[in-house]
Amino acid sequence: MTTEAADSTDAVGTVAPAADPGFLQRHGGTIEYILIPGAALVGALAVFGIFVAMFGKNPLDLYFYMYYGAFGTWFSWQNTLTRAAPLILTALCTALPAQLGMVIIGGEGALLIGALSATSAALALQGMPPFVVQVAMVCAGVIGGGLWIMLAGGLRQYRGVNETISSLLLVYIALAILNHLVEGLMRDPASLNKPSTREIGAANMIGSIPGTDVHWGLVFGLIAAIASYILIYHTVFGFAARVAGGNIRAAKIVGLGVDKLILTVCFLAGGAAGLAGMVEVAAVQGRTNANLAAGYGFTGILVAFLARQNPLAIIPVAILLGGISASGGLLQRRLGLPDASVLVLQGIIFVFVLASDALYGRIGFLKGKS
Amino acid sequence: MADGSIGLWTVPLAVLGGAIRVSTPFLFVSLGECITERSGRINLGLEGTLVMGAMSAYGISYLTGSPWLGVLAAGITGALLGALHAGICSLPRVNDVAVGIALMLFGTGLAFYLGKPLIEPTAPRLPAIDFGWWSDIPQVRAALRINVLFLIGVVLAPILYWAFRTTRWGLLIRTAGESSDAARAMGHSVLLIRLRATMVGGFLAGIGGSFLSLFYPGSWNEGLSSGQGITAVALVIFARWDPLLCLWASLAFGGAAALGPALQSVGVTSGYHLFNAAPYILTLAIMIITCSPKRTLTGAPAELSITR
Repeated sequence: MTTEAADSTDAVGTVAPAADPGFLQRHGGTIEYILIPGAALVGALAVFGIFVAMFGKNPLDLYFYMYYGAFGTWFSWQNTLTRAAPLILTALCTALPAQLGMVIIGGEGALLIGALSATSAALALQGMPPFVVQVAMVCAGVIGGGLWIMLAGGLRQYRGVNETISSLLLVYIALAILNHLVEGLMRDPASLNKPSTREIGAANMIGSIPGTDVHWGLVFGLIAAIASYILIYHTVFGFAARVAGGNIRAAKIVGLGVDKLILTVCFLAGGAAGLAGMVEVAAVQGRTNANLAAGYGFTGILVAFLARQNPLAIIPVAILLGGISASGGLLQRRLGLPDASVLVLQGIIFVFVLASDALYGRIGFLKGKS
Repeated sequence: MADGSIGLWTVPLAVLGGAIRVSTPFLFVSLGECITERSGRINLGLEGTLVMGAMSAYGISYLTGSPWLGVLAAGITGALLGALHAGICSLPRVNDVAVGIALMLFGTGLAFYLGKPLIEPTAPRLPAIDFGWWSDIPQVRAALRINVLFLIGVVLAPILYWAFRTTRWGLLIRTAGESSDAARAMGHSVLLIRLRATMVGGFLAGIGGSFLSLFYPGSWNEGLSSGQGITAVALVIFARWDPLLCLWASLAFGGAAALGPALQSVGVTSGYHLFNAAPYILTLAIMIITCSPKRTLTGAPAELSITR
């Protein structure tokens, strides 16, 4: 945003460029948004290669297996897309409040609560037609997750509690609630080693997209991301949210209901992550247990930052990071890397992406001055 | 009470002992974060620093046979992570909160990666001083087996309190935290002050991590820290950036965290997970009570992004 403004003032301030005023000037901002995160990604991969080389592994093998495990075959593509689905949804949990200038990192908690709510709804409605159960699960997941993040938003708005810390604390509280219920009230007596709830029933699972092994959760994610994009950039509500995010005092002066904006956006954000929890239950696990805390919520934060909080950009970034985590298994088997190597790479990417923030508006040839 | 069967007294005793044992990582992380935040920057990455500290302490203690070298290694690791945080934050337009989240992921990931071979072996652990020698009751003795690191932390808190008020570098850190312009006008580099403050903060947080792996629980595994680092960051806000209050708050949090295991030891197992979440619930409750949207918190460094 600021870089574009800076670009246009540059253009006015300097002598107008002679020939083609320029593709670069008009699209410099957009190019920057692709080029800089891309360069950060390449830099992170290079550093990770050096890191792996220090442990005596060949970095070229690493890159090959990462590509192969993520996008090399139709099988790996399906694995990647299956993992991308919850990432899109949890990334929205960070990206939507970011429009209001809030840093919410509690997507994991909303995912767990969403999964728990969806499972409860399915178990309560056993015997009903599958479609009814599925709709109820979606609603329960969205409402459960939504209220969870809305709590963090409300605390910030009405009590001044920092939303970053409160949302993270709520992750641990959500995990405790999940473990408590799964090992107590909702426990399936048949689950001995791994305490779990009862199964939601095979008929109630949402199944795969025809012709693939990728479940319908991917479509949920795509719809949610596109809807969020339209909401933020093409509706009055989204405009109001961005005004409040840019300058909260200005928003109050022009009479925007900031309280309501924050609560609504937080509800939608948590709803997206809650939907991710519902998808994981209804398409993958079939029940709720501690397996659900697989870190999708935390990777989602990285996706949102790498996509610069843009809901449309979240889709390709989620696929990319889904691919990285999909290749983890192959790296473990073929190169003998520990499973935490995916976490290390994610951390390095995150650090590089944030450090690259310093580059915006500083790349000479994109300013069109020459 | 002298007949050895102390019944329900086990719970408060275990909570007391737990408060002393469990509070040490809270204490070190919160004192470190206190220094960093007083200089005007917040480091949310201390969760990652804590886990890295725990891993490196365990590894060095295992390799060299000296737990104290492990503690030192944990501190140095923490200082390096702090330097990384401060280095990235010195770049223009980089958000310190986001960098903290990134380093949280990076630190835990790196610790799990490097710590894979350390799950099996047992490393020499830190010694404890037996303050319960006068008692015949095993529970009392267990509660009063106190680690030296805890005592160092207890001494460190008033020293920091004094240093912030009276020493030159304490004043410099506070100046950088209250008004970076003033510090700059005095001819000091704010970035350098913050770099040092973040490194010292990381050093202390790393030592807090070494306590986890070398004393209590006293082993290395991937579930070692579950949010103690982030709780300690919140604790600094609750303690109003005052090192002495950090000490009391850490003790309270340690007690809350010890409640679950203490109740389990007397047979109350229902709600075990909920009691384990007590520190988080307590943090949240305290933040709800003490924060207010109408004013910034008293004692908050003016340059701190998280309270603005």
